[in-house]
Amino acid sequence: MLSRMMKDFRKNKFLLALTLPMVIYVFVFSYTPMFGAIVAFKRYQYNKGILGSDWVGLSNFKFLFNSPDLWRLVRNTLGYNAVFIMTSLVASVTVALLLYELTSRKLLKAYQSVMFFPHFLSWVVVAYMAYAFLNPRSGMLNHWIADIGWSPVDWYNEATAWMYILPLANIWKDIGFGAIMYYAALLGIDPAYFEAAKIDGANKWQIVRKISLPSLYPLITILTILAIGHIFSADFGLFYQLPMNSPTLLATTDVIDTYIFRALTVLGNIGMSSAAGLTKSLLGFLLVLGVNAVVKKINADNSLF
Amino acid sequence: MKRTADYSWSKLPIHLFFIAISVVFIVPLWSIISISLSKESDLVTVGYRLIPLNLDFQAYQYIFDNPLPILNAYKVTSIMSFAGTCLSVLMISMCAYALSRSDFKYRSIITFYLFFTTLFSGGLVPYYLLMTKVLHLQNSYAALIIPLLGSVWFVFLMRTFFQQLPDSLVESATLDGAGELRIYFTMIVPLSTPVMATVGLLQLLAYWNSWYQALLFIDKQELYPLQYLLQVMMSNIQEILRNMQENVPVDAGAAVQIPTESTRMAMCILAIGPMLFIFPFFQKYFAKGLTVGSVKG
Repeated sequence: MLSRMMKDFRKNKFLLALTLPMVIYVFVFSYTPMFGAIVAFKRYQYNKGILGSDWVGLSNFKFLFNSPDLWRLVRNTLGYNAVFIMTSLVASVTVALLLYELTSRKLLKAYQSVMFFPHFLSWVVVAYMAYAFLNPRSGMLNHWIADIGWSPVDWYNEATAWMYILPLANIWKDIGFGAIMYYAALLGIDPAYFEAAKIDGANKWQIVRKISLPSLYPLITILTILAIGHIFSADFGLFYQLPMNSPTLLATTDVIDTYIFRALTVLGNIGMSSAAGLTKSLLGFLLVLGVNAVVKKINADNSLF
Repeated sequence: MKRTADYSWSKLPIHLFFIAISVVFIVPLWSIISISLSKESDLVTVGYRLIPLNLDFQAYQYIFDNPLPILNAYKVTSIMSFAGTCLSVLMISMCAYALSRSDFKYRSIITFYLFFTTLFSGGLVPYYLLMTKVLHLQNSYAALIIPLLGSVWFVFLMRTFFQQLPDSLVESATLDGAGELRIYFTMIVPLSTPVMATVGLLQLLAYWNSWYQALLFIDKQELYPLQYLLQVMMSNIQEILRNMQENVPVDAGAAVQIPTESTRMAMCILAIGPMLFIFPFFQKYFAKGLTVGSVKG
């Protein structure tokens, strides 16, 4: 038994050596923090470190679950993510289907490039662009609003407006990426299907519904599983950079990740933020397993693992 | 696929739709450029406009007269992006190659070991404590580079690519007496430039645009990457501009002269310039990188 293990090891040692940097990296920077998540059950003291601090059982979690912020965080995180998943799915698939209808290569490329470039920008830069419109004193949006005779809005203090600004910004940045992905999938369809359908007299809408969309289902399900698995995480940059840290906007811009970040860096509340982080990770983990199991039951080919 | 007529009138509504969309995508970028080219006094009196009232280069002039902060940020971003991308492609591809070999005994266990980290994580707090209190990496290049280094998804992406290389390649090399490491470096690496370029470009972009690491771990201005410098400028432009002219004695009269609004936007343009300029050339690689390697198999 032992000698066979040694033999296996000798035979595989060079391939094992190739994986070693990655294995060590993941051990130090992914698995060690997983173990370090026990800090959520401790009263962390800087001088004692994670291991030396005193155990406090579930009291950090009790604080978290009794916090008046919790409902707002969960509502915002789940609500925005649900909106993002649906809007970017519908928008990306629609744009991809329309792109597929185009026959001019040059224009096709041009449209794709224009829609793709925000993907190359950081949220910091997008926040600058938003600021050019939303700056209450000199921003362009308020000028246009004034031009049609309405009174200007103090955008960085107007929480309700951000329920629309954030999804718009998200779709603006993501649609090109999503559309190209679905467009690539459409190009992968055997053209014989389309020709056969045309010969049989199918119209555009029938072709889309019976051929194009069904061919996209595997990609749609995989991307949606991934997105639902991350429904407790937020795109931190969107929620942190765009509202420019304006405290009056928290009602509609505060999500779990920005809360964890604030609790850690501004309030220095290690216990509460680690409890929130661990809860988020656990829920996300169970969610991916659950969604994957459901998809596996419906159609094993579309499941992630 | 049949793509006969290049232009056809029936497609006009679709083209109109895409032209409208394109305007929506271009106007934000256009407005940043326009503000950066506006006269500061116009920005104060009439506000931002899509067409500058008076074309004026004083913001750029100001930055070129005091180039230290942006040059330094460029330096930090370049070092971080270059070192990070090289290390990361090397680490990811070595691991991916080993995992692509069907005769590698520990293949499935290592795959699971890596995959599990995409499902579950310890969260921000233990990670932050590890980086700052255990490894003491705050205010170092390591803190900027390490967090983006090893992406498990890219390992799977590359593994899928390597699996498509014919088995006979490795077999014949082994028969010729080449060791595994030599096979990897002399045969596999040259054969896989497309996938290396894809992952390399995606990582380069991720590093170029990264600010989160700096937000967490950096508080010295000489280690600010570009994006983080921009972020700080938004709230704190006066301070950054004061640091720009460190050797010049600051007097109140001079401070008023600083074209803050247009300089801020000019900095933004200078920061995204290189990316906007090179990205069209590499677009096809990005599109290729989208088909994430499946975990199955």
